[in-house]
Amino acid sequence: MRYAMAIDTKKCVGCSDCVVACQTENDVPIGYCRDWVVEVMDGTYPQLEMELRSERCNHCENSPCVRCCPTGASHYSEGGAVLVTKNECIGCSACITSCPYDARFVHPEGYVDKCTFCLHRVKNGMQPACVAVCPTKCMYFGDLDDPRSEVSQVLKKRKYKTLIPEAGTKPHLYFLI
Amino acid sequence: MKSRRQFIKISSLSAAGLIFGGGLLESFANNLVKENKSYFKGPFDFKRTPTYCEVCFWKCAGWVYKDDNGRIKKIVGNDLDPNCNGRFCPRGTGGVGMYYDEDRLKTPLIRTEERGKQTYREASWDEAFEYIASKMKQIKKEYGPESTALFTHGSGGKYFGTLLKAFGSNNIAAPSYAQCRGPREVAFISTFGQGINSPENTDIRDTKCLVLIGSHLGENMHNGQVQEMSDAIDKGATIITVDPRFSTVAGKSKHWLPIKPATDNALLLAWMNVLINEELYDKEYVKKYTFGFEQLKDHVQRYTPEWAYGVTTIKPQQIRETAREMANAAPAVIVHPGRHVTWYGDDTQRLRAVAILNALLGSWGRRGGFYNPEKAEVTHHKLPAFPKPKKNWRDAMGGKYNLADLALASGVCDASIPSPDMDYAVKAWIVNGTNLINTLPDQQKTIKAIQALDLIVVVDTMPMEITGYADVVLPECTYLERYDALRISQGRVPSIALRMPAVDPLYNTKPAYWMAKELAKKLDLQDYFPFETIEEELDWELKQVGTSLEEMQRIGVKRLEREFDDLYFADGENVEFNTNTGKIELYSTALEEEGFDPMPVYTPHPEPAEGFYRLIYGRAPMHTFSRTANNPNLTDLMDENSCWVNPKVAKEWDLSNGQYVHLENQDGVISEFPIKVRVTERIRFDSIYMVHGFGHADKRMKRCFGKGVSDTQMITNVMTDPIMGGTGMRGNFVTFRTDIKKSEV
Ligand code: SF4
Ligand code: SF4
Ligand code: SF4
Repeated sequence: MRYAMAIDTKKCVGCSDCVVACQTENDVPIGYCRDWVVEVMDGTYPQLEMELRSERCNHCENSPCVRCCPTGASHYSEGGAVLVTKNECIGCSACITSCPYDARFVHPEGYVDKCTFCLHRVKNGMQPACVAVCPTKCMYFGDLDDPRSEVSQVLKKRKYKTLIPEAGTKPHLYFLI
Repeated sequence: MKSRRQFIKISSLSAAGLIFGGGLLESFANNLVKENKSYFKGPFDFKRTPTYCEVCFWKCAGWVYKDDNGRIKKIVGNDLDPNCNGRFCPRGTGGVGMYYDEDRLKTPLIRTEERGKQTYREASWDEAFEYIASKMKQIKKEYGPESTALFTHGSGGKYFGTLLKAFGSNNIAAPSYAQCRGPREVAFISTFGQGINSPENTDIRDTKCLVLIGSHLGENMHNGQVQEMSDAIDKGATIITVDPRFSTVAGKSKHWLPIKPATDNALLLAWMNVLINEELYDKEYVKKYTFGFEQLKDHVQRYTPEWAYGVTTIKPQQIRETAREMANAAPAVIVHPGRHVTWYGDDTQRLRAVAILNALLGSWGRRGGFYNPEKAEVTHHKLPAFPKPKKNWRDAMGGKYNLADLALASGVCDASIPSPDMDYAVKAWIVNGTNLINTLPDQQKTIKAIQALDLIVVVDTMPMEITGYADVVLPECTYLERYDALRISQGRVPSIALRMPAVDPLYNTKPAYWMAKELAKKLDLQDYFPFETIEEELDWELKQVGTSLEEMQRIGVKRLEREFDDLYFADGENVEFNTNTGKIELYSTALEEEGFDPMPVYTPHPEPAEGFYRLIYGRAPMHTFSRTANNPNLTDLMDENSCWVNPKVAKEWDLSNGQYVHLENQDGVISEFPIKVRVTERIRFDSIYMVHGFGHADKRMKRCFGKGVSDTQMITNVMTDPIMGGTGMRGNFVTFRTDIKKSEV
């Protein structure tokens, strides 16, 4: 089982609902976030192009953060999701430095926090909070090993890209373009 | 099935707010009240409680979840709700912040010094009500009961409305009319005999071509419409966006037409010209359903694309191409009527042009165009007859704005400024859930009206600017802590939704229905509030539509059966429209009767002087005007607005990204606070853009005080729509004042 997320940049309107929903679902303190929205503009008036991306941890298959964690707090969990075990984390921030996507932060309580792919929901048959809330339904979550999963289906149909592929991290976030 | 004719009559009347619930025997209701108290369970019996969102007018229905300690944790959409399909927008998701905001109003307040100075003493509820009631009685004696008014933009408005009507006044106004969507309603009623209402009856889900005129779906999170737009994108629909700014949706459009602001009518007329002259319009539909085609044909001959190019800066080729694109998609095409449409004072005519285009394309009543919505009819308990007011705000208008189908907030405001040639003036305001200081244009005028009042009562959850002018402030609990009137929505299927408290109110705050009832007691009007508690009233109403409070507490939303099987016109069906001619009026006889142009014309509007830029304002997806300005969750996403400036303009003024500047408008008004410059290609060089609802001046709102500029403060030139009194706000021009430093303010 390999969990992955596909995010349709053609539909995303950059509303940041995914950010608020993640905060309330996962008790992320105000002032911090596990996901965020990026706007990329190209061109000059009036020939313009815009891409909107809801970003979060890429749950990389080849994660520099897991590799560099001195205590093993950062680890692979179900479906390849990269997690941090709170009480094993010493807050050294090595993982934060190693992550090319800037996906991690130090929680005010002293440990490193990040997106969990909402495994607590997924295990109960629910979608991650950000996926479930998105008003444009632009996010697809599921198992890459299951050809019938929404995410496998949409990746078959559409063109996509990953972020910073040259870092060799094998990210599990796909952006539909 | 009732016939279509009946249906259209009913729905257009309800657009004008003329439908009242039928009368059931009072004694029957009273018996009901006495029984059955037991099952009105408190919020603590539930793991999740139903609500409908109060962060914007879309009123999505959802569930409030609490954590193990009984604290509100999150709000999520109700899957059954046709308004949101289980998905809230960011503001609704962040609605928890309204409850947790520590700057909330906490207890009733009575003013101790002059209006505008925020010196108050805390008061008991009884004292506050006593104060209000004695003033109201005095006003009634001196000027008559019709000298009172209610401004409302919240669910509690229903109860204060009952109170006011019982007292003897029908001055009940929502700024969402004259300051927002009024021209659209009047234009569509005069064309199709039916308004658009809310949620809009646009069939975006199935459209093949969506045309947006300045409407920035996605930034204005009208939830259902944004969701459907996304579905339409999935299905390959074409989007055409007309906007001087490269909005988010412009980024998703096949055609972006960066029109010169204030020239939309020219483009709309040129589109008609192309559709008619290239014979692209729906001939059968136009022949069968419309009135005045030949007049329209003659009328638009002079509005050629070549002519429009000179006015709008949009190339003739692009005008033709986009018109053809619409015709190809027809009738599954929507020239979207927008929502906030009070721009230039000829807005009813612009929206008439939009309506006419839809008629030419045959999209009204067709799949992928506009569907026929249905709204649940919920019987309200019969109340004693309301006294008939001898006068109302219209008496202060000198016979103008007869076509306005709802009260004008700005009209009531004008009627509160005494003048020698007026024998009627409004003397008391109750303001519920609307920050009039930032909602009505021309702040100085609003303040002048307020200073002339004998009484102003503000009911709100937050210490908005308007509360600083109140004689009495009544702190309302948030929507998460109260019951309210049922949400009765129009849509493809009619639906009702329940709001119940998830927790007890924090502080000394109370729900609106309780306040209105207590006030009624002091004014000897308790007969108009026959139920002891709102639970009993809701249960009574719900039983009329075959459900109950108990059931609704479990399901939150109920979809009702459509009574009419007429979502779209059937092929070749005979349809009678609720207009003078019974047809869709391309040529409006109603406008003609009132002495206005029966067909829209292009009128040029003033342009910015050298060194000035047109002020354009809009929405951000994470905020609803002032309402969310201090919300901790939402300010975390966006806590100030910025001033969008084209790089060419920035260069001219030597402005850099992130720099703070003050703005000064054409009337010499300087912004109270500075605003951050955002240099971006996404805006024309003759305009600047900012998000509405920032620049708050009330220090009691700690998170938003002094953050950004209030567009309303800069809007001192108001162009009033002669047809229905809408307040056009886009004729204001600003320049940069880099000489004023941040610390000087
Ligand atoms: S909720 Fe959806 S549309 Fe909104 S920013 Fe996130 S991904 Fe984009
Ligand atoms: S998957 Fe869950 S934890 Fe990750 S960004 Fe989405 S809501 Fe947050
Ligand atoms: S659109 Fe958003 S703010 Fe408005 S009612 Fe729905 S969830 Fe609430």
